[in-house]
Amino acid sequence: MLQVKNLHASINDKEILKGINLDIKAGEVHAIMGPNGSGKSTLSAVIAGKEEYEVTEGLVILNNEDLADFAPEERAHKGVFLSFQYPVEIPGVTVTNFIKTAINETRKAKGLEDLPAKDMLKLIREKADLLEIDRKFLSRSLNEGFSGGEKKRNEIFQMAMLEPKLAILDETDSGLDIDALKVVANGVNKLKNKDNAVLVITHYQRLLDYIVPDFVHVLHNGKIVKSGGKELALELEKKGYDWLK
Amino acid sequence: MDLKEKLISSFLAFENKGGLDLDSNVHTLRLKAIQNFENEGFPSKKDEEWKYTSLKPLLKHDFSLFPSGEKSVGFKNVEKYLINEIESYKLIFIDGVFSSFLSTTTHDECDVCVLSSALTKPKYKMVVDHYFNTIAKENNSLSELNTAFAKEGAFINIPKNTIVQKPIQIINFSTGSEKEVLLQPRNLVVVGENSHVQIIERHQNLSQNTTLTNSVTEIFVHKRAIVDYYKIQNDTDDSSLIDSTFVSQKLQSVATVNTYSFGGKIIRNNLEFQQEGEHINSNLNGISILNNKQHVDNHTLVNHKFPNCESHELYKGIYSDKSTGVFNGKVIVQQAAQKTNAFQQNNNILLDDGATINAKPQLEIFADDVKCSHGCTIGQLDESALFYMQSRGIPKESAKALLLYAFANDVVEKIKIPQLKTRITKLIAKNLRVDLGFEL
Repeated sequence: MLQVKNLHASINDKEILKGINLDIKAGEVHAIMGPNGSGKSTLSAVIAGKEEYEVTEGLVILNNEDLADFAPEERAHKGVFLSFQYPVEIPGVTVTNFIKTAINETRKAKGLEDLPAKDMLKLIREKADLLEIDRKFLSRSLNEGFSGGEKKRNEIFQMAMLEPKLAILDETDSGLDIDALKVVANGVNKLKNKDNAVLVITHYQRLLDYIVPDFVHVLHNGKIVKSGGKELALELEKKGYDWLK
Repeated sequence: MDLKEKLISSFLAFENKGGLDLDSNVHTLRLKAIQNFENEGFPSKKDEEWKYTSLKPLLKHDFSLFPSGEKSVGFKNVEKYLINEIESYKLIFIDGVFSSFLSTTTHDECDVCVLSSALTKPKYKMVVDHYFNTIAKENNSLSELNTAFAKEGAFINIPKNTIVQKPIQIINFSTGSEKEVLLQPRNLVVVGENSHVQIIERHQNLSQNTTLTNSVTEIFVHKRAIVDYYKIQNDTDDSSLIDSTFVSQKLQSVATVNTYSFGGKIIRNNLEFQQEGEHINSNLNGISILNNKQHVDNHTLVNHKFPNCESHELYKGIYSDKSTGVFNGKVIVQQAAQKTNAFQQNNNILLDDGATINAKPQLEIFADDVKCSHGCTIGQLDESALFYMQSRGIPKESAKALLLYAFANDVVEKIKIPQLKTRITKLIAKNLRVDLGFEL
C-alpha cells in the first residue's frame, strides 16, 4: 500500500528526514516511535503533502503511484488521512459542515455527485455513534474550545467518515486520559480492515496496548534505526531510547 | 471653476427653484450650512480625520449637480437590487428624483414617504423643525454641504407603539444620464417610543459613468424603541460614497447599524451614536470585502453620556489586490457614564502584499467604574488551518473561502431579516469568488 523509499526531506534548508524506508501492506498496523525531534511529525506531514517541507531525495508511493506531484487534498482523495497532533481550531465552521464539505469535495474529485443530504445525515449519525460522540457536538465550531479528548475523537470521527486507505495517527494519544484513549483506540480498531492500513506515530508505548501494531520502527535523528515486532515497543518502554543511539 | 466654487455659486439658483417657503427654518439652516461649507471646504489629508482617505481624485470631476428629471427606468432594470422575497415599503430615487412608480410608500400606520414633501407640507412642519439637522454635525463640512442642498431623500416617521411589520428599503439609483453626477440624498428617520423599524439602504449606479454620493441620515430613536439599519454598499468601481449617519438614542432604546461594504471606488462612512439616556444599547457591525483598488474608510463614534449603557462594535475586513481599508473607532465614556459596558473589536485579513489596512481604535474614558475593551488584529490566512483542511480533501481555494466565510460569519449572523441574510451571504460568496453551496 505505502512504500517510502530513501526519503530525505528538509525545511528551511535543514534536513530532518535522512533516508527513511518503510513498506506498509494492506491490513497492517505499523508504529513509529522515537524521541522528541527525531522527525516523527515531519514524516507524517511529508506523506500528507505539507508544502513547507521540501523532499530532496526519495519517493513516497501509494498503491504504485508516486505522490510527489500531488497537493495535500489530492493525496486525501487518493486515500491518505492524517490525524493531527494539534487539530486546528476553525471558528465559524461547524463539525457537520466541515465534514460535509470534505466528503463532497472528495466525491467531486472522483467524479461522483454530492452525497444526498439524507444519506449524509445518516452516515454522520452512524459514525458519531461509533465514537460515542454527542449529537450536540456536531453543531459546534470545529475544534473551537474542544478538550484534548474531544479534538482527538473528532479526528477519528473524520477518519471514520472519509474511510481512508492509509490512516496516519500523529501522537493521537497525547493529551488523552485513559478513558478517552480507549474510545479513540476502539474507534480505530473498528475501522481497521484487511484493505486499509494504519501508521501510528507515538512517543509512548501506552497507545500500542490498545492499537496493537504488527511492526514497530524506531526513528532517531531522521532515520529508522531499528525495526521489529510489537515486543520492541515494550522493550523501548523499559529501556528508553538511549540504548539505540 | 473647481467643485467648491461651483457648488457655492449654484446654491442661490437651487434655493430659488427649491420650492420651499423662504421664511422656513430649513431655509435658515441651508444658508448657514452653505456658509460653513464655504469656510471649511472639502476636507484634505491634513485633517486628522481624513489622514488616510483622500477626496482629491473625486473632486477633479466636473459633476452635474442637478441631474434633470426622472429617467425611464423600468422595474426589470432595478429588480435585482431590491429584496423582493419579502413585502416591504420602498423609497426609490432615480438620479436623486423620487420614483413614485417604483416605490411603495405609506401614511397608514406610519409615514414612509419623501423628505421633499415633509419639508414643505405644514402637517410635518413640527417634526421637521424639531428634528431636521439637529444632530448632523456642524463641523463636518460634507454634512453641511448636504444640508445646504437638502431636498430629497427618505422621510420615515414612526409614531409611538408601532411595530412596522415590513422592512423599509431606501434605494438611490444613478442612471448615468450625465457623465459625472453628484447626488446628495438626505434621510430623516424618527422612531417613536416602543416602536420598531427595520431599514435597508443601498446606493447603486446602473451605468459605467462616475457617481459621487454625499449622503446624510439622521436617526432619532425614542424611549424603548428598536431600530435595525442595514447599509449595503456594493456599487461599481466608478462610484464613490460619503455616508454620514447620525444616531441619537433616548433611554432604553436599542439601535443597530450594520454596514456591508463590498464595492465602490472610495467609500467613507461616518457613523455617530449619541446616547441621551440610561440603559441604552448601541450596536455597530461592519464587513468590508474589497479587491482591486477599492477603498473603504469606516469612522465611527459612540458617545456614552449616561450611566448603565452598552455599546458593541464589531468590524471585520478582508482585503485583496491593492485595496485599502481604514478603521477609526472612537468610543467616549463621559464622566457621568458610570457602569458603561463598551466593547470594540476590529479584525482584518490581508490576502495580498499590495493590500493595506490602517486601524485606529480610540478610547477616551473619563469615568472610573466601567468595562471597556477593544481588540484589533491584522493578519493573513492561517496556513496551518489551510493544510488541515486540505488534508481532509478540501482544495486550497475552497479551504481559503471557507476560512474567510467563517471569519465574516459572526457579523452576518447579526442580520435579523433572513432574506437579507441570504442576500448578504451570496454577495460575500461572490466577492470571495466562490460558492460553497451551503450557508454558514
